Amino acid sequence: MAAASGGREEGGSMAALARLQERLSELREEYFLANRSIDEDRKIKYRAAVKIQSWFRGWRVRAYLRHLNAMVILIQKWWRGYRCRKHFRKMLEIQKRWRGYYVRKYIHNYYALKKYLQAVSVNNAFVRSELQEYVEMKENEEKMKDLEKKEKEKKYQARKMHYLLSTEQIAGIYNSPFRKSPDPMELLLRNSKPLSHRRKQVKSPFAYELYDWPTCKKPPAFVTALPLPPIGRQKPQGPFRDTAEVLWQRYKPLEPTLRVAESINSPLEKAREGIKREEWRNPIHDNEFLPFSSYHKNEDEKYEPSLCKSGKYVREAYGTKHFREVYPNKWIADKDFRTVVPSIFLFEKFGKTYSRAGQIV
Amino acid sequence: MVRNSQQCYSSANFISAEHLDFLHVLITWKSVVSLLRPLLLDVVPSVRQTAALGLGRLADYNVDLAEAVVKAGILPQLVRSLPEENRYYKKTAAFVLRAIAKHSPQLAQAVVQSGALETLVICLEDFDPGVKEGACWAFDYIARHNPELSQAVVEAGAVPLLVLCIQEPEIALKRIAASTLSDISKHSPELAQTVVDAGAIAHLAQMIPNPDAKLKRQVLSALSQIAKHSVDLAELVVEAEIFPVVLTCLKDSDEYVKKNGATLIREIAKHSPELSQLIVNSGGVAAVIDCIGSCRGTVRLPGIMMLGYVAAHSENLSMAVIVSKGIPPLCACLIEEHEDHIKAAAAWALGQIGRHTAEHARHVAGANVLPTLLDIYVDTRSSEDLKMKAKKALKNILQKCTHLPALEPLLHDAPPSIMKHIIGQFSKVLPHDSKARRLFVTTGGLKKVQEIKADAGSLLQEYINAINNCYPEEIVRFYSPGYSEILLERVESYQPVL
Repeated sequence: MAAASGGREEGGSMAALARLQERLSELREEYFLANRSIDEDRKIKYRAAVKIQSWFRGWRVRAYLRHLNAMVILIQKWWRGYRCRKHFRKMLEIQKRWRGYYVRKYIHNYYALKKYLQAVSVNNAFVRSELQEYVEMKENEEKMKDLEKKEKEKKYQARKMHYLLSTEQIAGIYNSPFRKSPDPMELLLRNSKPLSHRRKQVKSPFAYELYDWPTCKKPPAFVTALPLPPIGRQKPQGPFRDTAEVLWQRYKPLEPTLRVAESINSPLEKAREGIKREEWRNPIHDNEFLPFSSYHKNEDEKYEPSLCKSGKYVREAYGTKHFREVYPNKWIADKDFRTVVPSIFLFEKFGKTYSRAGQIV
Repeated sequence: MVRNSQQCYSSANFISAEHLDFLHVLITWKSVVSLLRPLLLDVVPSVRQTAALGLGRLADYNVDLAEAVVKAGILPQLVRSLPEENRYYKKTAAFVLRAIAKHSPQLAQAVVQSGALETLVICLEDFDPGVKEGACWAFDYIARHNPELSQAVVEAGAVPLLVLCIQEPEIALKRIAASTLSDISKHSPELAQTVVDAGAIAHLAQMIPNPDAKLKRQVLSALSQIAKHSVDLAELVVEAEIFPVVLTCLKDSDEYVKKNGATLIREIAKHSPELSQLIVNSGGVAAVIDCIGSCRGTVRLPGIMMLGYVAAHSENLSMAVIVSKGIPPLCACLIEEHEDHIKAAAAWALGQIGRHTAEHARHVAGANVLPTLLDIYVDTRSSEDLKMKAKKALKNILQKCTHLPALEPLLHDAPPSIMKHIIGQFSKVLPHDSKARRLFVTTGGLKKVQEIKADAGSLLQEYINAINNCYPEEIVRFYSPGYSEILLERVESYQPVL
């Protein structure tokens, strides 16, 4: 355009001017429009810039505020923690002291433990002394038993060897004339009674059964030996049978049938027991009437009078000397019987319910 | 004829099998079993009885003969005919059953399988005490072997009858019934509970003061077998008021009564601290200690273990044991006894007493126990078990022992494993106590410590360093080995100043 206008400058400068003037109004419009759009742009841009800046500033301030907040929180945190810990330390101090006191007083109480241990040792000493006494008592008992056994043995021996007693003429072996005083055995012999030939049965058959049967050590006794006659006895004068025969017949052992022997309900046993019972029940007197010949031999089995006839120290005269009661008044009183139980009312009326018309008063 | 056969076979019994020891004679006797068998079915009761007696004696003597009797099928016949027979036959039959059952569990099983248990229960209900005793004894030998057989005995309903038998007046019957209850309850807690439920404890406890020694043995054994299984059973036994009567048993003249009494107390003490406390309060510890002091040999063992159990529960109880003068008898046991297991028990008990606090360890160490334990540990003749127990005891005591004069003698001959504990203790005590430091030097302890070679970085080396740090440099150098050589070398290399 410029070139074209330049080319036509000399002749066309007026034409160019005319053209320019033609475009003037358009120019104004163009100019106005351009400024307007720029203006609007500018406003938009300005607002945008403001927005951005405000946002940025706001962000910065907020960030700063947040930072401040965080610092404040931190400081408050530390401060509160410190305060509580200080408080806690005070409390802890109290709790420490309390717990120490409590434990020392109740749980691990040293003095109570000491006392307890002392009590234990005292109790131990007591138990030990008691047990010692018990042991001593047992030992004494055993010693006493041993002593008694020995005594019994000695006495039995003395009784058996009673014939060794010294007489007036002949001094016995325990009473040598060269001794100052007789031997103790001699004294024992003097005090003891001669042993009679019959000895009591020591073992009861019941005990034998109990202790030997279960172990089955002792065999069942099959008695086969006969009782022997005494040696050297003079044959009695007269038409008597041979002693051995007589004894054999007299002491012939019972040979019951096996049925009878083994059953405990055997009629023989029952019969025997029946007789025994009768005999035990009936007699008035416990000791049978003893033959006179042996009256002096067994002095301890004297004749005992019955209870009805014996007074305090002597035999009562009643029953042998006199038979009637001598003091009748002793037994007759003037008082009537005393009623203890109240009389029954109904029985009082007996015989009195109806009139006494027909009765002889 | 009857007399003849009777006397013939009674003579067979008189040649009792005890006299014969030869195998071929055994074989002969086995054939006798088959001869005796038809006699069991004889018409005459005496012959039956004597035949049974013969069989019983044969079975009693030897296992093979018992097996022969079982194989000959005699048991069912015996068992079947039992209820109708008289009391002598019942006794003899019970004897046969017991003689067979005593040898082994298999034979006892055979006896049970032949249905003997019901018949024996019938015998237990009999009036005659001898029959009851025979039946009890047979039950005893059957129940002894294993829990299944005991269970079978219990299921046959024997236990209430046994408890009734205990109350009978005859001593032999009481003995054997107590022994049977003991053997039944020893296998398991359930069986023991069954026995307790039948009310046995009260009757057994009543018989403790009885003067008969064998009865006391069995009664105490029964109670200890019941009490050993659990705390509840032990408490039940204690509630029967056995203390302090049991303590008189500890002073009995019979050794086994003492042993069983100590066993009973041990079984009660081992369960819980409360029960141990009860025993201590009733003076049981003193009685047991006296008992240990007066016995010798295996009889002491339960007493020693009881002290160990009591001391193990808590430190107060341990102190109570110490106060009752428990340590000297235990030490004496360690020294005197020859058996290893008793020594091991004594070592264990001492370890339990001394392991709680420094006080306890001091008391134990003061009785001069530690050198003895060390000797036992080092001795080559001790068994493995004994060595281990001695080592553990030493370790436990040493870890708490702060009494240095007692630790002194151990320094010189201890093996390295023990040395580390000893040095450790020294290193703990020496930094705080100056007098002890001085004593340590003067008694040559420091010298000994220097001579110990330890691997660097091991615990022992640390302890040694800790000890060396308690002393000034010069002294440590003075006592280190080879110092005299170093000094002499210095003398040699010294140029005298003229």
